[in-house]
Amino acid sequence: MSMMGRGSKADVGPLQVRGEVLAVRRSGDYHVLVFAAPGVAELTAPGNFVAIAVGGQPTAMLLRRCFSIHHVDTAGALGGTVEIVVDAHGPGTKWLVDRVQGDALDVIAPLGRPFSLPKDPVPCVLVGGGYGSAPLFMLADRLRERGCRVDMILGAATESRLFGVVDGRRRASTLTITTDDGSLGTRGRVTDVLGGILDQHGGQVIYGCGPMGMLAGLAEVASQRGIVSQCAVEEAMACGVGVCMTCVLPVVGSDGVTRMTRSCTDGPVFFGDQVRWDEVGTVPADCLGAPVVEGGAGTR
Amino acid sequence: MSNVVDMRAQLASAALPSPVLTASGCAAAGRELDRFFDVTAIGAVVTKSIMASPRSGRPTPRMAETPAGMLNSIGLQGPGVEEFIRKDLRWLRERGARTVVSIAGGSVNEFAELANRLRHEEGISAIEVNISCPNVESRGQVFACDARAAGSVIHAVRRHTSALTPIFAKLSPDVTDIADIARACVTAGADGLSMINTTLGMVIDTDTMRPALAGITGGLSGPAIRPMAVRCVWQVRQALPEVPILGMGGIATGLDALQFLLAGANAVSVGTAVFNDPSAPWRIHNELAAALADRGFRSVADAVGYAHREEVTI
Repeated sequence: MSMMGRGSKADVGPLQVRGEVLAVRRSGDYHVLVFAAPGVAELTAPGNFVAIAVGGQPTAMLLRRCFSIHHVDTAGALGGTVEIVVDAHGPGTKWLVDRVQGDALDVIAPLGRPFSLPKDPVPCVLVGGGYGSAPLFMLADRLRERGCRVDMILGAATESRLFGVVDGRRRASTLTITTDDGSLGTRGRVTDVLGGILDQHGGQVIYGCGPMGMLAGLAEVASQRGIVSQCAVEEAMACGVGVCMTCVLPVVGSDGVTRMTRSCTDGPVFFGDQVRWDEVGTVPADCLGAPVVEGGAGTR
Repeated sequence: MSNVVDMRAQLASAALPSPVLTASGCAAAGRELDRFFDVTAIGAVVTKSIMASPRSGRPTPRMAETPAGMLNSIGLQGPGVEEFIRKDLRWLRERGARTVVSIAGGSVNEFAELANRLRHEEGISAIEVNISCPNVESRGQVFACDARAAGSVIHAVRRHTSALTPIFAKLSPDVTDIADIARACVTAGADGLSMINTTLGMVIDTDTMRPALAGITGGLSGPAIRPMAVRCVWQVRQALPEVPILGMGGIATGLDALQFLLAGANAVSVGTAVFNDPSAPWRIHNELAAALADRGFRSVADAVGYAHREEVTI
């Protein structure tokens, strides 16, 4: 399967802009935050993310929170709008979902390398775990514009942890749902149903976004079948712009060499066969510059 | 506010157009931040510490947010000096940015080798010697925690560096008497002192009930450590009034930077604040210019060490 480059859009951005909150709405266990961010929508491709400062000024929370972009609208009256999905589990994300219409946000976007699209109109299967599904709906639109058939699988621990079921039904030829507890759809994991969907509709590319374990599963299915997978990873980031070196994972380069690679600037989207999934969270012994012996205290 | 402040700064023989620099490890080699502000406008880009060979750094998680700060345990990930010269230093030179190259080694020899390799490269305003990094030879201790070890490294770097290129020793706050270490570095040939590096800290994840960082301990940075950094600058300025100081530690605003100048720093580095606001160095330059003007200073130099003045009572 030949894939296109990721376009030149990423070279234009990112912008650091003052955003303005337009709405915060609930969706299952999550919140959808809608804000105006001048100039961002035009530059955004599916898979890009935003980095938002939290806590107001001055704040004890120094690090930006990063979210994949769920939806953009260039036609907004305030110069384009952006939507993200927030799982409010810590003080920063709770601060974000407590924003009200008119509040200011310090936004950097679009960041990261977006999904690559297939050159030919081949069938694609889009797989989202939990609110990791956020960027897949924009992606589905782009793929369908190119004539690709889109089938979608959404999975989560339980019904309230699914995101985008209605959006998915509207966009995909088929939508399959899995939950660990069977509260909606098939009881089990997305990988339990993925093979059947691929068999049935002839998917040539798997797109995924969600927890590492799920992405590892997708990449394995893709490599078994000799098809392409594109995975957007969710690594903890401190800066989102490529300078802090915290969001690294072991990735095999085109030269065959494994490097600790930044998911913010070299990702978050990687080809599934580039990432050494089983070794995420470690430094593989054959990684470029891997230590011969462990030692020393932490420092930059 | 109408007077224009002379924002030039002097770090030993290095003349800079601004007293605001990036901080090592918080700006990569400048390229990523050039998308947010003009890196040629600030004092200099201080590069992430470079080592002799490529280095993978530590496993993740490498970072934990803390109140008004963060812990990091990157482990000096980098491409090694050859690729650094070929790609990063070349980009900085072609871009027209002033560059302070930070070097780190596991042994005195590695520091010497690095200094020697950089000796004939053009476009280096100064060398910052990161002696507050892990040290294999001293079994997990850092050079900067021992006056003799610190002196040995500085001596070796000085010997292999052109006399025209100032070298700055980067000090750790994790010592009993920072002035002692500072003195040892200056005696060994340091032209100036950078302070402070991160201070060692730790966070336990209360969900996993294990250390939050894969490296267990990490370097604490950000506004949380600013008072400690200002104190270090103050003490070293008092002990060594003639030695140039590059001050850093939690600077997030122009007034923060002003504190460091008043305490005795000749220039400042902006580090962790960049993660919150990638355009922070240039913003802080402008805020500092306004703060100096507000207080009637005509130049950066006039403010350096001003908090040490004798109170004159008539």
